Amino acid sequence: MDWSFVSAHVSDFIGGAWVTLRFGLYGVLCSLVLGLLCCLARYFRVPVLKSIAHGYIELARNTPLLVQLFFLYAGLPRVGIRLSAEACAVIGLTFLGGAYMAEGFRSGLESVDKSQREAGECLGLTRWQNIRYVLLPQALATAAPALFANVIFLIKETSMFSVLAMMDLMNVADTLRTSGGRTIEVLFMLVVAYLALLLPVSLIATFTERRLRYAGFGNQRSV
Amino acid sequence: MNPILSVKNIQKSFDGTGVLKGVSLDIHEGEVVVVIGPSGCGKSTLLRCINGLERIDGGEIWLRDQRISDQEKNMHLVRQKIGMVFQSYDLFPHMKVMDNLLLGPTKALKRPADEAKAEAMEMLKRVGLAEKADALPRTLSGGQKQRVALVRAMLMHPELLLLDEITAALDPEMVSEVLNVVIDLAEQGMTMAIVTHEMRFAEAVADRVLFMEQGVIVEEGAPAEFFREPRTERARQFLQSFTYASTRKNAR
Repeated sequence: MDWSFVSAHVSDFIGGAWVTLRFGLYGVLCSLVLGLLCCLARYFRVPVLKSIAHGYIELARNTPLLVQLFFLYAGLPRVGIRLSAEACAVIGLTFLGGAYMAEGFRSGLESVDKSQREAGECLGLTRWQNIRYVLLPQALATAAPALFANVIFLIKETSMFSVLAMMDLMNVADTLRTSGGRTIEVLFMLVVAYLALLLPVSLIATFTERRLRYAGFGNQRSV
Repeated sequence: MNPILSVKNIQKSFDGTGVLKGVSLDIHEGEVVVVIGPSGCGKSTLLRCINGLERIDGGEIWLRDQRISDQEKNMHLVRQKIGMVFQSYDLFPHMKVMDNLLLGPTKALKRPADEAKAEAMEMLKRVGLAEKADALPRTLSGGQKQRVALVRAMLMHPELLLLDEITAALDPEMVSEVLNVVIDLAEQGMTMAIVTHEMRFAEAVADRVLFMEQGVIVEEGAPAEFFREPRTERARQFLQSFTYASTRKNAR
């Protein structure tokens, strides 16, 4: 292991980690919004929208991100739609993540007893108030593990951004490896960099899930 | 005087099986109507249809001079006037008792929080649960939960209160603490439609008793007469099923 090589290139990896983290988080946030909307369209059986949501979820979950990115980056320009690499990255990750988040939210909402929804309706709450105050808080407690797993999954999927010529962690590593031949050092730094990004997320997930469990709601049925 | 609620010949079926086959019912202001009947007779479905938790297949439901059975968009406004309490309490487990009580008044009715809170505290006191205002529902007994659920419904100042077997899930010793609250509400003039299996409670609280079977109202009358001398054979059989006709012959 050549430590001088490692220390000489730490700043490259920090730059790559920043790209990975920034675009990963954009994608995660957009995925959460898209996923919630799709999930609600299906939960409330909104005509037309529920079918669109369903079709989209199946399409997004059953195609690889790599193919989705190629479609955005290389396919769309053929029909005159030219997007920057950054836009493709965020749109692609959101397209994939929205479907996974929708399924995560769904597992949470379905775990909330139907009578809770009726109790909210009986209080004269609007549909939106019912979601916001009654259903979603309970659903999130149950869905939290699945949603956090999705966050980690999506940040890892950013390694595909290298095909967009974005200088994310993966691309930084690839470039260094092919130009310098220091494969061991580069891969070591790559693993450390991903761990540094994702271990904190895992810890936050564990902490949050424990808090929710101790708060004492989520898995109780008749209360 | 016009009735508060008018149910006109409603029908409802689930998967082709008729559950309500033409039920009509008027409830007047301050009246307490108790619906009894064997399980599966449609009495709970009747209540659920009244506040639109189930859509009716035919007939009409009127709340004063408003036809509510065809409201889709504004059903939440109708439900603000019709309270309902269920067998399973259905308090919101992630909220303290006080937050459970304030959700409807502050969000649906947009009342100022401090005013609603003062009233909620007053009503909690009246049902003996003032010290539970900051407790989470899971720390309460069944009887306490159901009293909170009643207060939660009453804080909406409904014109009509629907009670669907609210003591069916309770341990026997908790039944009376809940039913006493209901009798108290009746005394204050609350208009109610009550489905129950507690015959003595029904007799005590009702102005009028409806006996339902197989989706129709079979008999209707004042409680004193109905429980002493039901006119129909079916009602007589049903009431008899609540007493034990035979005793053990060779008991030690």
